[in-house]
Amino acid sequence: MVAETNSTKNISVTLRVWRQAGPTQPGKFVDYPAKNMNPNMSLLEMLDVVNDELTKQGQEPIAFAHDCREGICGTCSLVINGKPHGPHRGVASCQTYTRSFKDGETITIEPFRAHPFPVIKDLITDRSAFDKIQQAGGFVSVRTGSPCDANALPIPKDSADLAMDAASCIGCGACVAACKNASAMLFVAAKVSQFALLPQGQPERERRVLSMVKTMDDLGFGNCTNQYECSAACPKTISHDFIARMNREYLRASVLEAFRPKSTSTAGGA
Amino acid sequence: MAKLESKVPSGPLADKWRKYKAESLKLVNPANKRKYEVIVVGAGLAGSSAAATLAELGYKVKCFVIHDSPRRAHSIAAQGGINAAKNYQNDGDSVYRLFYDTIKGGDYRAREANVHRLAEVSVNIIDQCVAQGVPFAREYGGLLANRSFGGAQVSRTFYARGQTGQQLLLGAYSALMKMAGQDAVQVFSNEEMSDLVIVDGQAKGIITRNLNTGEIRRWAADAVILATGGYGNVFNLSTYARQSNATAIWRAYKRGACFGNPCYTQIHPTCIPVSGDYQSKLTLMSESLRNDGRIWVPKKKEDCKKDPASIPEEDRDYYLERIYPSFGNLAPRDVSSRAAMRMCDEGRGIGETGLGVYLDFSDAIKRLTEDGVRERYGNLFDIYHEITNENAYKTPMRIFPAVHYTMGGLWVDYNLMSNIPGLFVLGEANFSDHGANRLGASALMQGLADGYFVIPYTIGDYLATQKPGSRPSADRAEFKQAEDNVRGVIKRLLSSTGKEPVSHFHKRLGQIMWKNCGMARTKEGLEQALKEIPALREEYWKNVRVPGSADTLNQSLERAFRVADFFELGELMCLDALTREESCGGHFREEYQYPDGECKRDDEKFGHVAAWEFQGDGKAPLRNVEPLNYETVKMSVRSYK
Ligand SMILES: Cc1cc2nc3c(=O)[nH]c(=O)nc-3n(C[C@H](O)[C@H](O)[C@H](O)COP(=O)(O)OP(=O)(O)OC[C@H]3O[C@@H](n4cnc5c(N)ncnc54)[C@H](O)[C@@H]3O)c2cc1C
Ligand code: FES
Repeated sequence: MVAETNSTKNISVTLRVWRQAGPTQPGKFVDYPAKNMNPNMSLLEMLDVVNDELTKQGQEPIAFAHDCREGICGTCSLVINGKPHGPHRGVASCQTYTRSFKDGETITIEPFRAHPFPVIKDLITDRSAFDKIQQAGGFVSVRTGSPCDANALPIPKDSADLAMDAASCIGCGACVAACKNASAMLFVAAKVSQFALLPQGQPERERRVLSMVKTMDDLGFGNCTNQYECSAACPKTISHDFIARMNREYLRASVLEAFRPKSTSTAGGA
Repeated sequence: MAKLESKVPSGPLADKWRKYKAESLKLVNPANKRKYEVIVVGAGLAGSSAAATLAELGYKVKCFVIHDSPRRAHSIAAQGGINAAKNYQNDGDSVYRLFYDTIKGGDYRAREANVHRLAEVSVNIIDQCVAQGVPFAREYGGLLANRSFGGAQVSRTFYARGQTGQQLLLGAYSALMKMAGQDAVQVFSNEEMSDLVIVDGQAKGIITRNLNTGEIRRWAADAVILATGGYGNVFNLSTYARQSNATAIWRAYKRGACFGNPCYTQIHPTCIPVSGDYQSKLTLMSESLRNDGRIWVPKKKEDCKKDPASIPEEDRDYYLERIYPSFGNLAPRDVSSRAAMRMCDEGRGIGETGLGVYLDFSDAIKRLTEDGVRERYGNLFDIYHEITNENAYKTPMRIFPAVHYTMGGLWVDYNLMSNIPGLFVLGEANFSDHGANRLGASALMQGLADGYFVIPYTIGDYLATQKPGSRPSADRAEFKQAEDNVRGVIKRLLSSTGKEPVSHFHKRLGQIMWKNCGMARTKEGLEQALKEIPALREEYWKNVRVPGSADTLNQSLERAFRVADFFELGELMCLDALTREESCGGHFREEYQYPDGECKRDDEKFGHVAAWEFQGDGKAPLRNVEPLNYETVKMSVRSYK
C-alpha cells in the first residue's frame, strides 16, 4: 500500500516520546523539537537526527527498535499518534515519512502496548512470545535431506497465492498492539492458514492449530472479539478472513481429535 | 604464516563432492553426536539452516543472534529469488551451466570445486524449501514458476513475489523453531558475540554480551560456526539492514583466522538514489526488475533535467542493450553498475543530483498491461512510491548503484573450515563461492547450501578428531583473557570524553570508502584512504561520545563497538584493493582496463585468493596466497557482449 502525501517543504514538528529507563521503572512522555526536517526523510531518520543532538548534549538517546528500514524484518514497532505503525495503511513504522505530517504538529510516539510484550526500554518491547508460539507448531516436520522433487507435488496457483498472502506476515506484533484484548489471533491465523492451504501442511494440520492456539492462550494473549483492528494495523494488510479460517480449522481439529482412532502401540522394531 | 590447505578433493570435477562424502569424510556415530556441543553464531539463511540441521542430526546446538528473534536476520530482506539448476523450463540449464555461469560471473576468482558443489546441491535446496511449505510462485498448472536474473541466459530463478528471502528465511526459521521446541537447539536472542576463544590453537568458545542487560558471558563448545552475514556497512550507506556488522568475523580475524579477498564488494546497479545527508540506508530495487524494465539515459546532456516523458525514443540511449546486445538489461551487476557510472561521468545522469539513470517500464506495461506488471513487481513499485513519492507505473524509476554485498569474508577450505581448526564460516561471512562478483539470486542459494547440505557433512570430519567430552571448561585462562578484552573495549568507549556521536564517524568512514574503495579504485585514491582512515580512527577514539552505561540496553554502545571494527576492516579492504593490481569483477582498478572500459585481469600475477593474516595491532598484516587451479574451465576474458 502506498502512503498519502501532504508536505513537500521542510517542516518542524515536536516529537512527544515515551521514555522509560527499564522494564520496572515508570515511564513518561518527553517532548523533543525536530526542526526543519526534509519531507523525504523517514520518521526513523527523524529520530536519528534527534538522537544525535541528544548525544552531543550528553543525554541518552531514545531507544527504538529497527533494522531493515524497508518494512520487511518486523523489528520497528512504534505507536505513532495512537496507531501501531502510524497513520497509513499497509506500511510499517520505518516506512512512515515526514511528508505525512503537518508543519507544527506534535507527533506522539509510544511503544507497542500489550501485556504479553513488556517494555524493555523506551520504545522497545520484548516480543519473544511470538517465537514460543512458532515453536508450538509453526512448521512442517520435515528433516533436511528427505523430501521428494519439488515439482512432484503440483499445487494450484490460487492456493499457493493465498498461502503466500498469509505467509507475508512480518511478525511485528502490531496486530496484538492494535487489539484491545491483546489478541494474537491474526498472527497465529496467518501461520495456521499458510500450512492448512498447502498439501505439505496436511499431516500435522490438526496438531498444529490446537497446539499453537493453546500456547497463545497460555502466554496471556487475549480473545478475539471480531473488531478487526488487527488487520487495519497490519503493515502487510493480512486479511482477517484468515481468522475465520483458523476458527474453522480449530473446530475441525477439535472434533477430529476427539474421535480419532489412535494406535495404542508405540513400540519400535528390531 | 598461516597454512592454507584448500582440501579440494582430487578426481573429475563432477565426482568430487560425491566421492569425498562417500570415501573421505569421517563420520561421528549417532550416540556420540549428542556429546558434542556446537555454537552457531547467526540465524540468517546460513545459520538457521545449519543450526536446525545439526540439531536434527543429534548434535547439541546453541544459536546466538543479535536480533530479538532469529526471524529478523538480514536475509529476510532479499527480494528477487534463488537460483537452482532444476531445468524445469527445459531451456538448456544444467548443473554444469549454473557452475559455469557462477565461475564466469565471479570473473574466474572462485574455487571450481566449491562452485560445482554449490550448483549440485542447488536442486536439493528447492526440494527442501518446498517441503517446508515455502510458497514459491507457481504457474496455473501448479508447477513452480521461474524468472531470469543477471549473468544468465536461462530462467532458473525461483521466487516468492518480491519476498523470496523472507519466505526462505521463515522456512529455515520454522525448522529452527521446531528443533528449539524439542530443546535440541537453545536459541539466545539479543546476544552478541564479542570475541572468539582459542584453546590450544582450536576454536573452543565465544564471549557474548547480552544487548538487553549488558551481561557478559562465556560459552565453551567443541566447534564454533560463524554465519554472521556480510560487512557492507563499512560503507555506512548500503542496502544492508542497519544492524549488519563485521564484529564476529573481525574478532575471529584478530584471533588468527585469515580474511579472504576483503576488497571484493558488490555494488548493485538498481537502488534508489541518495536524497539527503540524513539518509540512513539505501533501498534496493530488485534485479528481477531488469527482466522487464529497460535502462536508459538521454543521449543529449541538455535533456537530463527534462521530464522523461518529453524525451522522444530516438533521443534515448538504452546503453546496456547497445553495449551488451546478447545480455542487454541483464548484464551482470558489476558490469551494469560501472556502465551507469560511466553514463553519469559523461554528464548524462538524471535526477536532481545527476547521479541516476532511468529504469523504464512503459514497454512492459504495453506488453503485459499495468496489472500484469503489478502482479510481478507490485510490492517493489509500492516501496519505490513510499520512498520517492513517485508513481513508477507512470514515470520511469530513478536508480543508481549502491553497496550491496561482500564477496570477501573469512577464508575457508572445502569443508568450510577456516585456518583455525574448529572454526567454520558459512553464508556471506565466508569468502568462498562467488569469486570477485556474485550473480543475482546466488547468495540465498549459497547460504542454504552451506547450512543444509555442506556443514552437516563436513563438521563431522573435524569433530571425529575431537574426543567426546574433551571440550575445555569456560573457567580457563583463555576465556578470561577474551572476556577481559571485551570489557576493556567497552570501558574505553564509555569513558571517552569526546563530543561527536558514533554516526558522525561512521558517515565519514563511509565517504572515504565510497570515494576510494567503491565502484572504481586507483592507486592514489587507495593510498589516500590508507592515510585518512587511521587518522579518522584516532580521532574516533578521542572524540566519540557514547552516553549511557554498559549494564543496560545501550544502542550507542552497540554501534560504537561495531564501528570500531569497521575502521580496522575498512583499512584492510583498502590495503587488499591496493595490492591487487588488476581489475576483476567488483574490484575495478582504473589503471587496469581495456579501451572499452572492461576489467583487465592479470591471471598470471593475481589468479589467486589473497588471505590476510593479522600480526598484531599497529603491525602490517601478512598477505598469504592460495593459488586458484582451474582444472575444467579455462580462465578467459569475460564477455557479455
Ligand atoms: C536488500 C537485499 C536484497 C537481496 N536480495 C537477494 C536475492 O534476491 N537473492 C540472493 O540470492 N541474495 C540476495 N541478497 C543477498 C542475501 O540476502 C544475503 O547475502 C544473505 O541473506 C546473507 O545471509 P547470511 O545467513 O549469510 O547472513 P544474514 O542473513 O545477514 O544473518 C546474519 C545473522 O548473524 C547474526 N549476527 C550478526 N552479527 C552477530 C554477532 N556479533 N553476534 C551474534 N549474532 C550476530 C544476526 O543476528 C543474523 O542472525 C540481498 C541482499 C540485500 C541487502
Ligand atoms: S525496520 Fe524492518 S520492518 Fe521496519
